[in-house]
Amino acid sequence: MTSTTEGYYIPEPSRWPIVGAVTVFTMLVGTALWMNHLSPGPWIMLIGMLMLVLLFKGWFGDVITENLAGSYNGRVDRSFRQGMFWFITSEVFFFITFFGCLYYLRNITLPYLGGEGHLANSHLLWKDFTYSWPPLQLPDASHYTQAKEAMEPGGIPLWNTIILLSSGGTLTWAHWGLKKNSNRQLVLGLVMTIALGLTFFCLQAYEYGHAYTEMDLTLNSGIYGSTFYLLTGFHGFHVTVGSIMLMVILGRAIKRHFSPHNHFAFEAVAWYWHFVDVVWIALYIFVYWL
Amino acid sequence: MSTEAVHDEHHDHKPTGWRRWVFSTNHKDIGTMYLIFALVMLFLGGASAMMLRAELWEPGLQIVDPNTYNNLLTNHALIMVFGAVMPAAAGMANWMLPMMIGAPDMALPRLNNLSFWLLPFAALMLIMSFVVPHFGGGVPINTGWTLYPPLSLQAGIGMDFGIFTLHILGISSIMASINIVTTIVNMRAPGMTWFKLPLFAWAWLLTGLLLIVIMPVLAGGVTMLLFDRHFGTSFFDAAGGGDPVLFQHLFWFFGHPEVYVLLLPSIGILGMVVPTFSRKPLFAYKPLVYSMFFLTALGLVVWAHHQYTVGMSKEVTEYFMIGTILISIPVGYMLFSFIFTMWRGSMTFETPMLFAVAIVLMFSFAGVTGVMLAVVPADLQYHDTYFVVAHFHYALIPGALFGIYAGVFYWLPKWTGHMYDERLGKIFFWWTTISFNLTFFVQHFVGLAGMPRRISDYSPVFTDFNQISSIGAFAFGASHLLFLWIIIKTVRGGKKVGDKPWDGAQVGNAGLEWTLPSPPPFHSFSTPPVVK
Ligand code: HEM
Ligand SMILES: [Cu+2]
Repeated sequence: MTSTTEGYYIPEPSRWPIVGAVTVFTMLVGTALWMNHLSPGPWIMLIGMLMLVLLFKGWFGDVITENLAGSYNGRVDRSFRQGMFWFITSEVFFFITFFGCLYYLRNITLPYLGGEGHLANSHLLWKDFTYSWPPLQLPDASHYTQAKEAMEPGGIPLWNTIILLSSGGTLTWAHWGLKKNSNRQLVLGLVMTIALGLTFFCLQAYEYGHAYTEMDLTLNSGIYGSTFYLLTGFHGFHVTVGSIMLMVILGRAIKRHFSPHNHFAFEAVAWYWHFVDVVWIALYIFVYWL
Repeated sequence: MSTEAVHDEHHDHKPTGWRRWVFSTNHKDIGTMYLIFALVMLFLGGASAMMLRAELWEPGLQIVDPNTYNNLLTNHALIMVFGAVMPAAAGMANWMLPMMIGAPDMALPRLNNLSFWLLPFAALMLIMSFVVPHFGGGVPINTGWTLYPPLSLQAGIGMDFGIFTLHILGISSIMASINIVTTIVNMRAPGMTWFKLPLFAWAWLLTGLLLIVIMPVLAGGVTMLLFDRHFGTSFFDAAGGGDPVLFQHLFWFFGHPEVYVLLLPSIGILGMVVPTFSRKPLFAYKPLVYSMFFLTALGLVVWAHHQYTVGMSKEVTEYFMIGTILISIPVGYMLFSFIFTMWRGSMTFETPMLFAVAIVLMFSFAGVTGVMLAVVPADLQYHDTYFVVAHFHYALIPGALFGIYAGVFYWLPKWTGHMYDERLGKIFFWWTTISFNLTFFVQHFVGLAGMPRRISDYSPVFTDFNQISSIGAFAFGASHLLFLWIIIKTVRGGKKVGDKPWDGAQVGNAGLEWTLPSPPPFHSFSTPPVVK
């Protein structure tokens, strides 16, 4: 019942794209209202999120049905792969932006503020400000709360590095299982990966709590807090999304949707997870360590 | 439609009613929606420009207060860039790419429809940002399209809607680009090798890649603005150790390549139009493709020529100056390619070709003022004056908009099956070209004399030239009513055309669209053609 053209599968008209557009709009309107303390905001956001869940369920449900019905040929599969590749590329640049900001602030802005070089402006702005990283002391703290201490690379962040790296390993092990058609290994590998992802998530949440309550390290503690939460926050968000995707894949693996030759969804999620992994390593080096 | 018979053993059944459009998975229907959307936005952006020029008719404040003026200015730019030019170019890509390269449709048809349908919602969001300040939502977006802090941190809720508008637009362009790049890489017919690819496809491949790289950077930058506005961060506040100049870097890392995003599709269209009406293959096709690569790559590393006056170190400034001047090499190369394609061709001057020739001339002019602006000591004088306004309108109206007009006239017969009215087309061409030059040429002079941009008032010495500019602008605006009329007339009827309305259309690296009937069947190539 499809408007087939030989080979390449062209889907029937679908309601999901327009639902998607309305969903994005709803969520963002809700967020804008919420940020400005207008009362219906959170409710509109909530409706938007529910729509998002239905959207993904519906859209990907259709794709899964079509795939199981054998509608996709090799070229369609390649389109999906390339699409995912370019999507991850754009995500990479999203993170490069934030790392670039960190670099710029540490090597250009703050030294100038602290009086280094011929472009120094401390004599015009804040005479007493001297620069060192992490900048716990701010040029002018009247609108900010200064953090008491900075993050240490040992302890939880180190554990989290180990956890996330091993999750990459368990996922690859699951993939091996899939390739040699061992569903047990696939499911087990996925379960371990998800468990590690969730552990990471919990430790990160604990660390945030600790930073807020004990260290006074908040979004409001100047540029150190700002960059710290920006980078770790967006990464954490991606871990969350990745974990949800892994859970969906786990569900599908249990239903035996994948075969050694047809499992693009698994691979797409695996790419995504490895990408999140790599971002963490960069994060560990540049945010926690150096 | 008469096409069913030609192309279809499989029922070429079309969905009907509103569902055909809203739920569409067809590249031509989605392309049509993109083009209509772009046209509507062109009129909206044009209307705001008319108000700006009316306000500038004489010194002093007449029609709007300064904040509203700057809000209209911001909306004008955002609507033209993201609402008119980019969707028009994306509409052309949708319509033409699958037909040119012999594909049944775009690679990811549902994603394609999502990319389109996000746009009307982005427009709605922008309209909200414009409306809410009038109902107690604080100061409107009064920063210009560059959204520099600290001003953008001080505006009211309209700014949040503006930021989210950019988020929606960003999602839309990234998805559209992913789709286009994937289509060009994966969906070419057998035999359509890389160096047989029509120039338009090359141009869109590079545009798509650029967008995939730069859109996330803009999204990141405006997200940081949002955090500074609402969550107490200090990315752009020096008191907390941040830096407003950081935002400028983020914006222009996006913003400079963005002007190539606007330019390249039109260069691609010229690469189709010029050979057709010169009846000669494109001169030096391969080097032209390479120069487009060079332009794309270089375009990513010259952004700070927009910030010479902000106090960067001498070494950095010099680097950006040299990089920027280097850009004139690939740009010049492209223009020479087109000129040598015309050289000794048997040229005829139908409307698309008239536009093409005018683009080469007027765009070169923008290249010349561009090099002037690239030179740091000179730019310290020109920066933020009307000279810059004149420069980029010479770059963008010929370089982007006229290229799209050339494309519209070139492919309108293919899309509708009817020939447009050539006499009206020519009138439209001369009317727009003359009024465009009238509007913007004089702005070079007031700019050099020091008239600053983005201010609703000016010194009385500039009155005469501003009135010339305003007259030109009103004429330019009015010419588009004729444009609309030509399109409507062609859609509704006119001389029927065959598969190949232009006799020169198949020289060199032409697309496969000319092997299909006009208008083409609902599904372009059910079985992939083989290119020899
Ligand atoms: C040889 C090529 C070019 C050179 C050397 C060049 C150089 C420059 C420079 C140095 C500026 C900054 C001026 C200032 O603010 O003081 C500028 C502004 C601008 N250029 Fe170009 N340009 C070139 C081509 C183009 C093209 C092809 C386009 C678009 C299709 C373009 C669009 C713009 C725009 C939109 C602005 C102003 C942005 C704003 O401030 O709002 N330019 N150009
Ligand atoms: Cu630029």
